Amino acid sequence: MKRPFRKVRKRVPYDILSRRGHALITAIPYIWLLVFFLIPCLFLLRISFSDAILARPPYTDIVSILPEGLLQIRLNISSYLTLFRDELYQRGLITSFAIAGSSTFCCLLIGYPMAYTIARSSEKVRPILQLLVILPFWTSFLIRVYAWIALLSPTGVINGLFLRFGLISEPLALMQTPFAVCLGIVYAYLPFMVLPLCVSITRIDTELLDAAHDLGCRPLKTFLAITLPLSFSGMIAGSVLVFIPAIGEYVIPELLGGSETLTIGRIVWNEFFVNMSWPVASALAILLILFVVLPISCWQRWREVRA
Amino acid sequence: MTGSSSRTLKTILFLGYAFLYIPLLVIVFFSFNKARLMTTWTGFSLKWYQELLSDTVMLRATWTSFRIAAISATIAVVLGTLAAVAIVRFQRFRGKTLFTGLVTAPLVMPDIVTGLSLLLLFVAIQHLTGWPQSRGVMTVIIAHTTLAIAYVTAVVQVRLAEFDRSLEEAALDLGASPLKVFFVITLPLIAPAVATGWLFAFALSLDDVVIASFVAGPGATTLPMVIFSSLRLGISPEINALTTILILFLSFGVSIAAITIRKTRR
Repeated sequence: MKRPFRKVRKRVPYDILSRRGHALITAIPYIWLLVFFLIPCLFLLRISFSDAILARPPYTDIVSILPEGLLQIRLNISSYLTLFRDELYQRGLITSFAIAGSSTFCCLLIGYPMAYTIARSSEKVRPILQLLVILPFWTSFLIRVYAWIALLSPTGVINGLFLRFGLISEPLALMQTPFAVCLGIVYAYLPFMVLPLCVSITRIDTELLDAAHDLGCRPLKTFLAITLPLSFSGMIAGSVLVFIPAIGEYVIPELLGGSETLTIGRIVWNEFFVNMSWPVASALAILLILFVVLPISCWQRWREVRA
Repeated sequence: MTGSSSRTLKTILFLGYAFLYIPLLVIVFFSFNKARLMTTWTGFSLKWYQELLSDTVMLRATWTSFRIAAISATIAVVLGTLAAVAIVRFQRFRGKTLFTGLVTAPLVMPDIVTGLSLLLLFVAIQHLTGWPQSRGVMTVIIAHTTLAIAYVTAVVQVRLAEFDRSLEEAALDLGASPLKVFFVITLPLIAPAVATGWLFAFALSLDDVVIASFVAGPGATTLPMVIFSSLRLGISPEINALTTILILFLSFGVSIAAITIRKTRR
């Protein structure tokens, strides 16, 4: 006789873990991130509203207790006013956006055909081709920037070659240009663009392409009507991954750029280390979070939820 | 795909690889150059390697960097794995949205903002309590750990979400304690992801110059900080030699990994 199938109560692991256990597991990383990530951001906000003074640390406290037992909170918005009034910062913002935007676009232009070819290659070679894209990334970031100093500088390889073959009579000013900065960013972050693109192009159902072919669609039209729209998510993911580090980039514009590529990253650094004006540096950082980091992360979250 | 367009695509791919590799190969080539400048080849020499290996500042910074990277990667792996377990396995708890937000936020934060904000925290704490007396290795470790948690969690989370949970359930049904289940079943299953996360965190720490410049004290100059200050001066033959050594190590590691993968497949 068949025994009647009894429904087994399904236990989810960790559910039998006491609530204390749950709380403990969550609390350890939670507290770490609160203390070393959220609270520092609040400090940024707080110091952006303080006065700069010549002392250690070089800012005043915004909260003070007056002798009459009054708690006083003084918000000094002069740092923000400086940012809006002084043309230097606006120019920095424009420069940053222009450089990050054009580098992202170049990454897309170079990365898309590469990713497309890799995704359309046979399954056996694909991992190797992908590995070849990541491999330079495993050398150090600074080394990859240095590679372009070595190539572009007046005493570098390209100028050396050109001088030798008599193409030029004196070294070209290749370094310390916006072009060099873009080149450096594209070189440093190209894998970030190629890999997500590879994933999304590989995922496209090839039956769709076969169907289009069978129905007499020309390859170019198939590409424009099917592949390109379906790989859109990869293009967005790759662009975000390149744009975010590019917009706050300090090292590349500092090493490869000249005085005209004064990006936000460099301005924050200079305000902090050179001018010792911590409130202005903090205010800039806050604006960077408010207008760049928050919108992009909210937008990404929205896309995730929708998907 | 027609023949000609496929050929064009292959050419583009080849040019892409050339763009990625030629700059590095040029450096490797010139690391054996006798002259300091990279404009002409004057003869084979190993003197820059000699100079690099006798550069005590560089060697000390390398040791500091490796120590910081190993410690911060280890802490980050523990915290990141806990965070991943909390996010994937715990149904709902108060503040979960904030928690997931906090875990992923360091990924999109520019380094310069992370570095500045952490330094402000350390300065304020020091002002109030006197600790840390001077910023040094400790503060860099804290900063790198915070950044790396995000990467570790992202990697481990994926692995935790996809593996077969019936094994865990079976162990629980057979009376194993949850802690034992975690160490005997769950941890070995997610071990590859944890290892990847550790390597990622390690590499991240070794690569960072901006955050370290903000939070490091005088006693904790890391290797990237030393390299960065020498790059400010332009071309440096010592850095050429360093690049070559790095690429040598990297190719060694990759070939070992490739051989092991091929062996396990057979």
